[in-house]
Amino acid sequence: MSRLGNFGARLYRGEVGYDFMGNRRIWYGVSVLITITAIVALAVSGLNMGIEFKGGAVFTTPKTSVSVSEAEDLATEASGHQAIVQKLGNGGLRVQITEVDTAKSDEIQDKLAADLDVPREKIAADLVGPSWGEQIANKAWTGLGIFMILVVIYLAIAFEWRMAIAALVALIHDITITVGVYALVGFEVTPGTVIGLLTILGYSLYDTVVVFDSLKEGTKGITKQTRWTYSEIANRSINGTLIRSINTTVVALLPVAGLLFIGGGVLGAGMLNDISLALFVGLAAGAYSSIFIATPLVADLKERDPQMKALKKRVLAKRAAAAAKGEATEAEQAEQGDQDQDPEDAAPAGAVVGQRQQPPRGHGRTPGRR
Amino acid sequence: MAAPKKGRGASGGQGKPGRSLALILIAMVALTGGMFLAHQPTPRLGIDLAGGTSITLEAKAEPGQEKAINKTNMDTAVQIMERRVNGLGVSEAEVQTQGDRNIIVNIPKGTNSAQAREQVGTTAKLYFRPVLTVAQGSPTPEPSASPSGKASSSPSPSATASEKADDGDKATGSSSSPSASATTQGRAVTGALKTDASPEASASASAEDEAAAAKLQKQFEELDCSNEASRSKAAQGGKSTDTVLACSSEGDAKYVLGPAEVSGTEVDSAKANFDQQRGMWIVQMEFSGKGSKQFQTITKKLSAQQEPQNQFAIALDGEVVSAPRVNETLSGSAEISGSFTQQSAEDLANVLSYGALPLSFKEQSVTTVTAALGGEQLKAGLIAGAIGLALVIIYLVAYYRGLAFIALLSLLVSGILSYTIMALLGPAIGFALNLPAVCGAIVAIGITADSFIVYFERVRDEIREGRTLRPAVERGWPRARRTILVSDFVSFLAAAVLFVVTVGKVQGFAFTLGLTTLLDVVVVFLFTKPLLTLMARKKFFASGHPWSGLDPKRLGAKPPLRRSRRVNAPTDPKEA
Repeated sequence: MSRLGNFGARLYRGEVGYDFMGNRRIWYGVSVLITITAIVALAVSGLNMGIEFKGGAVFTTPKTSVSVSEAEDLATEASGHQAIVQKLGNGGLRVQITEVDTAKSDEIQDKLAADLDVPREKIAADLVGPSWGEQIANKAWTGLGIFMILVVIYLAIAFEWRMAIAALVALIHDITITVGVYALVGFEVTPGTVIGLLTILGYSLYDTVVVFDSLKEGTKGITKQTRWTYSEIANRSINGTLIRSINTTVVALLPVAGLLFIGGGVLGAGMLNDISLALFVGLAAGAYSSIFIATPLVADLKERDPQMKALKKRVLAKRAAAAAKGEATEAEQAEQGDQDQDPEDAAPAGAVVGQRQQPPRGHGRTPGRR
Repeated sequence: MAAPKKGRGASGGQGKPGRSLALILIAMVALTGGMFLAHQPTPRLGIDLAGGTSITLEAKAEPGQEKAINKTNMDTAVQIMERRVNGLGVSEAEVQTQGDRNIIVNIPKGTNSAQAREQVGTTAKLYFRPVLTVAQGSPTPEPSASPSGKASSSPSPSATASEKADDGDKATGSSSSPSASATTQGRAVTGALKTDASPEASASASAEDEAAAAKLQKQFEELDCSNEASRSKAAQGGKSTDTVLACSSEGDAKYVLGPAEVSGTEVDSAKANFDQQRGMWIVQMEFSGKGSKQFQTITKKLSAQQEPQNQFAIALDGEVVSAPRVNETLSGSAEISGSFTQQSAEDLANVLSYGALPLSFKEQSVTTVTAALGGEQLKAGLIAGAIGLALVIIYLVAYYRGLAFIALLSLLVSGILSYTIMALLGPAIGFALNLPAVCGAIVAIGITADSFIVYFERVRDEIREGRTLRPAVERGWPRARRTILVSDFVSFLAAAVLFVVTVGKVQGFAFTLGLTTLLDVVVVFLFTKPLLTLMARKKFFASGHPWSGLDPKRLGAKPPLRRSRRVNAPTDPKEA
């Protein structure tokens, strides 16, 4: 643990770190590749829409001795439509039959009760019209749209428009990947999936916002110094919050994994499983995108800004000059340590009461004064 | 809620951590106490966990009436459905709107869900139909065609016989003679069928019609309106263009009704008024343009008829709510007077308004869950949640050591608050814990733990800077607070949008997520931060005990370096 703690410290100080910015094109490439795969999978195999989208009935029976294939035959016979039967963790069966209406459903329930030799009232029936899932999906799309607009506005106000755009791109990226995985693997899409997908909205952005927050702090007063370009600070922000991002993602994934493997394992397919599966895929994608896509994207956008361009020029010029003097290595190392506190100390100084107690350091070492 | 940038609260937790802790403790005690006082020691379970039937209905607008799906109409529909399901004797049935075009009907287990489904799913349809024959509610003992005076003259002791439709203020009282024309039932039906203005009927007045009429006649004789089952059966059949059988809603009279002449959708408004002059309750209604023409036609025709065929029936869902007599041709506005009480007048006015509802409903989903299965699912969800929580705890302890203790206490507080609030929200706003909501609560463990991590990492960063614990806790807070608020806001926004936009199952999930996100903020501000402030004073944490999770050495803080740097500070400029 102490080694990990030290690693965290070194990450924090920028002594070690992965060059996210330098390698961003690789990761953009990876993402584009995944996204294209997802879209192709979606176009070719499409989504395996659940019964909620096709209309039909799902019967859940208590523990029974009838085997899955037997039950499948019985149910198909009873309904006149091909039935899909799954064994549940508790020994019961989940019988899914498409194109069944209300009256038919009661009939099938009676027959199933007789065939499987279980009391009728112990069989749960979930009857859905074909437009039910569609309606949920439509609402979901509306919700997605509204959320995206609101969140872009919010992030543009709380941070800046570039971050809002980057966050949006990352969000779309996460959703595409998640949907793509569903298309690729052929998991059934149910309203539970839609719920899970919508939850990713909040989560995917949670991580992104944490990194952005650190980035915002780190780049305060950036134009007043000539040591770091925006991208370099962005890279440090990612590295500095890496442990935090990993921890929050792990902690978020653990309960979801519990739901996915235990909840689903005990009950077989069902709402719990559907939600957690979508969440699991989406959370992983969300963590990835906040680190590899969102933040580099912000930096890329930012570097187009004339101010930042000028800054980069100044930084590079200064470095060239320093290199000419032959003290580049030494200087850079020394300053690397400094940079830790500089942006942070400078940033909240004005806003925070407690901060004022350390004015000599906080102000005296602002990069701008150098 | 915007990104809080001001440091207003910065000193709050710093100065008086005890006060915040006391506050949250009081809140917890109050909520728990309230929970037991309200006799709600557990959250209400949704139909999918407690067992029962849940029906989701979607409003469908009739063509050209798309705007009809609005809050008022939906609320009215809910009232009608509530009346219907509770007519089944199901006191616990719930009918509520969900989203802007759905109605969810939850029927607890142990009731006839098939019947409920039938009742709820049918549309509230109101029609004005001419009365062809009236008889007492029970089957006539002699189904012969014997002339029977009772058949028409006294169809019911209640609203029907004594009511009449009047135009404007014309006070007529009971001047119109209740001429008990001794029409036989048989003649009434067949005769009415033949003379009926409905083009189809007159076009082919053949033997076929005779047969149909005879059949109807027989059915009419057998109809027993005192029996609720056969009453609702009678109400089921029949299109608006057919001649139908119907019972009065009281069950004391039965009717043969002609094809609908005016649809209830043509009623613009209806209200019960007290007529000062006559000292009686009346119901006034206004028709739309098309409706008034139709109404004029029917009243003109009816007023020329003899008893009982000068009555028109107001049939709601196939039951005759009222059958006023018509004395003269009426048009745009009409008044129904009679021996109304305030209650019965308002009821009729309501019915007339309800009937104006241009909404029909379509069954979207029907879920029947037995309590056993619901229990299984709840159990699985709870096991999953417990395991998820255990994993989170193990991870936190492994990584944050002593700090994990604070995190766990915070999770516990958060858990108690969510549980008690959910339990109290049951009776308060009808919140019911359904399976997705359980799922949302489990997922929320992650969200809640996230904010501790953000804060702890911040404090550890401060320690890495070389600060001692107490300043680190205070200095780390403002920035952690901002990060937590900004990201929690995004989570909350997602939950809120989900809640507002979506329907049914998704809403429970979104609600739980939003609630726990809010509670997360409360817990972090009022519990985690003050507790950490208090703990920072304890030797175990302050000294950076290896198990505290705040050991400067383990965190890689380099106090000597900092000190030397401060000393060396003047040497820095040489690089510049």
